[in-house]
Amino acid sequence: MTARNAAPIASLAFGLAVLCGAAACTNFYEIPIETPIQPKMDVSPFSRVLVAGFIGGGTDDVDANLETVRLLRSQLRSKSNLRVIEADALSLTTLAVEQSKDAPARGSNGTSGGPKAPAAPGGAADGQLQPVAALAPNGSAQEPEAKIRNEKDLEKYQGIFANTAFWKKLGEEYQNPLIVTGTVLFTPTQNSGFVMTEKEVYDQFGRRRVVPVRTYMERKGFILRPKFIFIDGRTGATLYSETFNEQVLYNAQQNTPALSSYFELMDKLVPSFLNALSTQKVRGSRVLLK
Amino acid sequence: MFFRAVVFSAALAAFAAPALADARSQAKEQVEFGIKVAQSGLWKEAAYRWQKAVEIDPTYAAAWNNLAIAYEQQGNFEQADKAYQKAVQLDPNNQMIRQNYDLFKEINDRAKRRTDR
Repeated sequence: MTARNAAPIASLAFGLAVLCGAAACTNFYEIPIETPIQPKMDVSPFSRVLVAGFIGGGTDDVDANLETVRLLRSQLRSKSNLRVIEADALSLTTLAVEQSKDAPARGSNGTSGGPKAPAAPGGAADGQLQPVAALAPNGSAQEPEAKIRNEKDLEKYQGIFANTAFWKKLGEEYQNPLIVTGTVLFTPTQNSGFVMTEKEVYDQFGRRRVVPVRTYMERKGFILRPKFIFIDGRTGATLYSETFNEQVLYNAQQNTPALSSYFELMDKLVPSFLNALSTQKVRGSRVLLK
Repeated sequence: MFFRAVVFSAALAAFAAPALADARSQAKEQVEFGIKVAQSGLWKEAAYRWQKAVEIDPTYAAAWNNLAIAYEQQGNFEQADKAYQKAVQLDPNNQMIRQNYDLFKEINDRAKRRTDR
């Protein structure tokens, strides 16, 4: 073989190799997949869900109870198979205060009894008693309860979630749905210290580079700590509960409304919340091989 | 004696090699068909084909990898994990299999953490 005919042969071989690599000889294929993650709870006995209300606390700028009820209902309406019951959000803080007052009067069985022996729907069974749903709709606080600012303040109200009679009664009023309740603490936070930021630099030839720089920054933001409790409306028993903790921090000069931060943080939690009730699909891609 | 053993081994290799090659080519047909149907979204059929492929040739790492992906797509995490492990064991230097397995493990761990809570 001479040098003259070696060059075209080599280029032909290279061309074939490229062609082979691009088409016929490809031995891997990227493929999109959706991995289903099974729900954490079996909700098959329920066809309806009642987002009853939350014990909210933290900043005064956001009504954590109302906003959480609204957001979860809208998410459940569009992303679950359960029918969402539209009802006023309960002010659980007020109800919890009432229950704790009633508890000594009821004696040692405090947590097993209902808050006010509520009536059956329509009041047919016992006309003079009010149903649970009418006891404390949100916004009609019957007496000013102490402000909830932190986890410790919240602890005083936790007893309401163990009151199975209360939840059973509420379940009866709405034809035994799955009840969603819990606590939501949305608190402002401040955090100062060194953070890594990126800075543009230009070298002597005018080429741009981005380099990491440690900078001292004053930052402020919010912490969202919700605890979602799922209660069986037929028995009043807790089926499942899950606690989350999310934080967002901004530059101290940035003025971000509390409500925007609340939604920003809730956006991160909602998929996990929904995964308690329904199968969620995680989108990704994998490589199939020949 | 030694000469006989050498002749016997050579003969065995000579007969076994085409048989292995034949198994691999049969398995490859199943794998290729599985890829086609998976690309059309027919994951059950794809899983069936790749199961056949690993039955025909249990040393075929690519078939185990694909089978693991099909199990993953169907939410069958336990079997997906076993199939990925088999693929990694057969071809430990294959970065694509490792990457698929790492991505799967991330999701699997998350799902496990949730059920443990």
